[in-house]
Amino acid sequence: MDRLSLDIAHLFAGGLVLVSFMLLYQDRMSGLVNTFASHAVVVSLSVAWQAYIQQAPHLYITSAIALVVKAFVIPVALHRIIVRLGIHGTIEPVVGIGQTMLAGIGLVALSILVMLPITAQAGTLAREDLAFSLSVILLGLLMMVSRRNAVSQVIGFMSIENGLILAATGAKGMPLVVEISVAFSILVALIVIGIFLFRIRERFDTVDVHDLDRYRGERP
Amino acid sequence: MLLVLALAPLLTGYVRKLKAHLLRRQGPPLAQPYRDLLRLLRKEVVLAHSASWVFRVAPYLVFATTWVAAALVPTFATGLIFSYAADMIAIVALLGSARFMLALAGLDVGTSFGGIGSSREMMIASLAEPAMLMVVFTLSLLAGSTQLSSIAASLQGPDVGLRVSLALALIGLIMVAIAENARIPVDNPATHLELTMVHEAMILEYSGRHLALIEAASYLKLLLYVSVIACVFFPWGLAVAGQGLAAYLAGLAVYVAKLAASGFLLAIFETAIAKMRVFRVPDFLGAALMLGLLATLLLFVTRAG
Amino acid sequence: MALGGLLWCIAALLAASVAAIAVARHRAATTFVYAFALGVTTVALVIAAASLLAPDALSGALTLPLGLPWLGARFRLDALAAFFLVVVNLGSATASLYGLGYGRHEEAPARVLPFFPAFISGMNLVVLAADAFTFLFAWEFMSLSSWALVMAHHRRSGNAAAGFLYLLMASLGTLALLLAFGLLAGPSGGYAFDAIRAMPPSAGVAGVVLALALVGCGSKAGLVPLHVWLPLAHPAAPSHVSALMSGVMTKVAVYGFVRIVFDLLGAPNWWWGAVVPLLGGVTAAMGVLYALMQHDLKRLLAYHTVENIGIIFIGLGLALAFQAAGMRGAAALALTAALFHVFNHSVFKSLLFFGAGAVLTATGERDMEHLGGLIHRMPLTALAFLVGSAAISALPPFNGFVSEWLTFQAILISPALPQWVLKFLIPAIGALLALSAALAAACFVKAFGVTFLGRPRTPVARDAAETSSWSLGAMFLLAGLCLVAGILPGYFIDALAPVAQALAGAHLPRQHELDWLTIVPIAQSRSSYNGLLLFSLVALAAGLAADVIHRWASDAVRRSEPWDCGFPDATPVTQYTAGSFTQPIRRVFGTVVFRAREEVHVPRPGDSSAARLHVQLRDVPWDLLYAPAAGLVDFVADHLNKVQFLTIRAYLTLVFGALVVLLMVLVVWQ
Repeated sequence: MDRLSLDIAHLFAGGLVLVSFMLLYQDRMSGLVNTFASHAVVVSLSVAWQAYIQQAPHLYITSAIALVVKAFVIPVALHRIIVRLGIHGTIEPVVGIGQTMLAGIGLVALSILVMLPITAQAGTLAREDLAFSLSVILLGLLMMVSRRNAVSQVIGFMSIENGLILAATGAKGMPLVVEISVAFSILVALIVIGIFLFRIRERFDTVDVHDLDRYRGERP
Repeated sequence: MLLVLALAPLLTGYVRKLKAHLLRRQGPPLAQPYRDLLRLLRKEVVLAHSASWVFRVAPYLVFATTWVAAALVPTFATGLIFSYAADMIAIVALLGSARFMLALAGLDVGTSFGGIGSSREMMIASLAEPAMLMVVFTLSLLAGSTQLSSIAASLQGPDVGLRVSLALALIGLIMVAIAENARIPVDNPATHLELTMVHEAMILEYSGRHLALIEAASYLKLLLYVSVIACVFFPWGLAVAGQGLAAYLAGLAVYVAKLAASGFLLAIFETAIAKMRVFRVPDFLGAALMLGLLATLLLFVTRAG
Repeated sequence: MALGGLLWCIAALLAASVAAIAVARHRAATTFVYAFALGVTTVALVIAAASLLAPDALSGALTLPLGLPWLGARFRLDALAAFFLVVVNLGSATASLYGLGYGRHEEAPARVLPFFPAFISGMNLVVLAADAFTFLFAWEFMSLSSWALVMAHHRRSGNAAAGFLYLLMASLGTLALLLAFGLLAGPSGGYAFDAIRAMPPSAGVAGVVLALALVGCGSKAGLVPLHVWLPLAHPAAPSHVSALMSGVMTKVAVYGFVRIVFDLLGAPNWWWGAVVPLLGGVTAAMGVLYALMQHDLKRLLAYHTVENIGIIFIGLGLALAFQAAGMRGAAALALTAALFHVFNHSVFKSLLFFGAGAVLTATGERDMEHLGGLIHRMPLTALAFLVGSAAISALPPFNGFVSEWLTFQAILISPALPQWVLKFLIPAIGALLALSAALAAACFVKAFGVTFLGRPRTPVARDAAETSSWSLGAMFLLAGLCLVAGILPGYFIDALAPVAQALAGAHLPRQHELDWLTIVPIAQSRSSYNGLLLFSLVALAAGLAADVIHRWASDAVRRSEPWDCGFPDATPVTQYTAGSFTQPIRRVFGTVVFRAREEVHVPRPGDSSAARLHVQLRDVPWDLLYAPAAGLVDFVADHLNKVQFLTIRAYLTLVFGALVVLLMVLVVWQ
C-alpha cells in the first residue's frame, strides 16, 4: 500500500494514543466521558480506514459497532449515571497529573522498545499498530491505577478494549463472531458495574474507592 | 525586518476585531494598534522613585531582541541574508532574553504586582521553553537541521508525508504559542483584574514610550509564533532566496493569507474557551512537553518502519 | 620548557604559602600575598595558553626524583592539561585580583593567607601529574588546603559541620580514586600514566573503574547524590575561595574524570554513554531545583554549580556514547561542548561569587530576603552580576548560550546511534537539559531581582556602599570575557581542537576561517550560529529604536510614586521575597522532588498577631542514602564499642584467636 494510506493509518493510531493521553489529562467527570467518546470515534475511524485499505468489509461492521455502542450509547449512559449519582466535579488523581503523564510517556517508550524488535519480520502496518495498541492498553491500565474514582476506572477499562480492537484490526482483523461477543461482554460488564455503583453509592454515599478502604478497616 | 514590524500590529488588530465580531460587537478599527503605539510614543514616561536603569533599558532590549528574532523567521522567502545567523534554538533563546529582561523589570519597582507577574511568567516559561525545544528536536530530527529555512525546505519535499509526529508537534507548538503570547486560556490579554494577570502585571508600572515598545514587542512575538507555525507546518508558497521579485511578491501574498487564516482561528479559539486556573497551566504546558517528547519517540517508530 | 616554567610557578606559590605563615599578621601581608599570587598565576596562565595554542611545540614530560623511589614524580603537559591549566590559572588570577580588595575585610588573615597559594598550587599539580601517586598526593593536598580555608571561620555556626562533612566526602572520593588507580595499574603495579595507557583493562574492570571514577571525581565535582557537601562547604569559605572551589576545583575534578575515562581507560562501552548522561541530566535538574529553593545567595550559587556540572557530564557522556559507536566527529562535538562549558562556567561562576562576596562585604548579609534595592547603592557590582546572571542563564549573546547550543547540537545527532536504549534516553535527557536551562533563568531572575532590584528591605541594605576597585576590576574582567566568548566563540572552539583531537580522534572544522565569524559545528546546511551578528543586530535595533523615538517622539521623564494599582504602599515588606517568587515553581516541582509542604497558621479573628507561613523541604538523597548510612555506622560503632571494655582474659583470648586464624590461613593458602 502506498505511503499516503500508511501515513493516514498511522495518523489514526497515533491519534488514539494522543486521545489516551487526553484521558489522563482530564480532571472533570463530564470532560472525561466526552474524551472517551472521542476515543471511540477515533477507533472507529481507524478501523473503517483499515477496512478500506485492506478491502475487508466485515471491519466496517466492527467500526459501526464501536461508533454506535461506544461513542453514543455508553457515554450517554455514563452521563446519566453521573447525574443521578451526583458525582460531578473533579477527579482526584493519586499522584499529580504531570507525573501521571510522565509515567505515560515512559510506558509508550517501553511498548515501542518491546514491540519493534519482536515483530521485526512482520509488515510495517502491523508492527506499528501493535506498538501503538500496546501503548493504549498500558495507558488505559495506568488510568485505572492512578484514579481514585470508580467511574474513571470503568472508562480506563473500556479504553483498554479499544486498544485491543486496534491491535486486532492491524493483524488483519478478528472474526466477526469474536468481535460481537467481546463487545457484548463489555456491555454486560458495564451494566453490572453500573448497578454496583448505585448500590455502593446508596450504602456509603460515595464512590471514592479510597474512602471505601476505610470501611473495610484497612485505613484508620 | 521592516515587514514584520509593519505587519505585527495589524495582526493583533485583526484578531481583536474578529473577537469583537464573534461577541456581536463592532470592535475597534483594524488600525487601532498603530494608533495606540503612536499615542503612547508621544506621551511622557512616569517613573517610580525606586525604578533603576534596568527599568528604563529593559523596554529597548525587549523590543530589540523580539524584533531581531521575528526578523530571523522566514516569512515570505527562505534563505534570506541573515538566516544563517541563528537557528530555532537561538530564536527560542532570544525570546528567553526578552523574557528575562521583562521579568527583571517587573521586580524592579518593588511592588507586589510586579512580583506576581514575574514569578508566574517564570513558572510558565520554565515549562514552555522545554516544550518548545522538544518540538524543535522533533522537527530537526525530521529535517536534519535546526535552521528554519532548511526545515521549511525539507518539509516541502515529497519525502515527508502526513506523519503523526508532525501532528503532535503542531499541537504542542500551538499550546506553547498560546502560553508564550499570554493568550486565553493561559492569560487574558484584555483583563483588568490584577490577580488574573501574568504579562500585564509585569508591565503594570510602564507608561509612555516604554509601554509602546513593550506592546510592540508583544505584537511582534505573536507574529513570530504565527510565522513559525506557518513556515514549518504549512510551508507551501514560500519563495526561495534569489528567485526574483515576482516569486517574492507571490510569497508575500501567501504569507498574508496564512496570517489571516491563523488570526481567524486564534480568535475563534480564544472566544470558545475559558481561562484556566493558574495552577492548571503547568499541567497544560506539561502536556505540551509530553507531546513534544512523544513526537520525538514516535519518530523512531515510523522511521523504523 | 613550558612544563619547567609551570613547575617553577608552583614552587613559587608553595614558597609564598610558607612565607605567609610567618608574616600573616602584618598589615601589608594581605596585599603582598595576593599580589604575588596574581603575578605567578598570570605567568602560569600565559604559559598554559601558549601551550594550548601551540601544543606540538610546547608539550613535554618531566620526571623529578621526589616521592616514591621506584616511581619518581612524573609530570606531563599535553593539550588537555594545558586547557585545564588555563581554566585553573584564569580563575586563580581573578580570585587573587579580587582578594586584593576583599582580603582587607578578612578578620582572620592568618587562617586564610597561608592556604590560599597552597590551594592554587595543589590544583595546578593535579592537572600536571602524570602518575597515580603524584595525582593522588596533589588531590589530597588540594582537598586539605581547601578544607583549611573552609574552616577559616570555624566559630560561625554551621561551618564546623560543613568542614567535617567536606572532609568525609573528600576522603571517600580519594579512596575511590585510589581503588580506581589500583585496578588500572593491575597486578604489575605500573602506576605511571604511560604504563597504564599501554595496558588497557578488560571490559569488566573498565566498568568498575568507571564507577569508581564517577564516585571519586563525581563527589568532588558535585554529581547527585554525592553533592551534599558542596552547598554546605562552598558558602562557608571566604568569597574568593568559594569562587575557586565552585568555579575551579570542580573543574579539576572534571579533569580527573576526563583523564581517567577518556585517556587511561581505552575504548568505551556503549552503556557508559547511557549511565553518565543520565547522571548528568538528573544532576542538572536536581541542582537547579535545589538552587531555586534557596534564599541564601552563596548557597544558591553553590547548588547552581551542581547543575552546571550536570550539563558538563551530559556532554562528556554523549562523547563516550559516540566514541563507543565509532562516530568520532560527533564525539569531538560533544567533548568540545563539555569543555567549552567547563571554561564558561568557571568564568561566570567566579564572577557571580565575587558579586556575592561584594554584597556580603557591603551589607554583612547573605540572605536575599534581607537585601533589596542594592542596584542604587552598588551600581557597578549590580551590572557585573547582571552580566553573570544573563551568561549563566544561557542567554545570547553571552557565552553560556554557546556551550548549551553545542550540547543541544550533540544531542540532535543521537538518533544515529545504534542502540535503542540510547536513542530513547538521550532525547529524554535533552528534555531535562532544556528544563534545567529554563529553570536556571528563573533562578537568576530571582537572585538578581530580589537582591539588587526593588526596594531595600532592611537598614543594612539601605546603607550599603560600593566595593573596592580591585574587586570591581576582577568582576568586570570576567564579565568582559563572558561577552567576548559569546560573541567570538570560534576562536575558543579552535583552541579546543587539539584537546578534542587527542581524546576523540577528530576535531570540529576550523571555525575562524568562516564568513562573519559564524560557528558551524557540523555542516553549514545543518546548523550555524553567529554571535557577533546577533549582538550587533540587537544593539543596532535597540540603538535605532532609542534614537528614533527620542528624536521624533517624546523623551520626557517624570518621577513619581509607583502606580501599584492605586494602593498607597509605603513599606518594602509587601514586595515579593525570594520564597514567594519561587512559590509557583515550588508548587509544581517541589511537592515531588523535595516533598515540599506548606503550612499556613492564620490567627483567629480578633487576634492581631502575625500569620505564619511554614515551608518544609526534605532533601531526598540525604534521607534515602546518607541518613541510613550514618545510622548504620553509629550502630556498628556502638556494638564494636563493647570491645573496649573486656577483661584481660578476654583480650588474651582475642590475641590467641587471631594467631590461630592466621596460622590456619597460612595452611590453606599453601
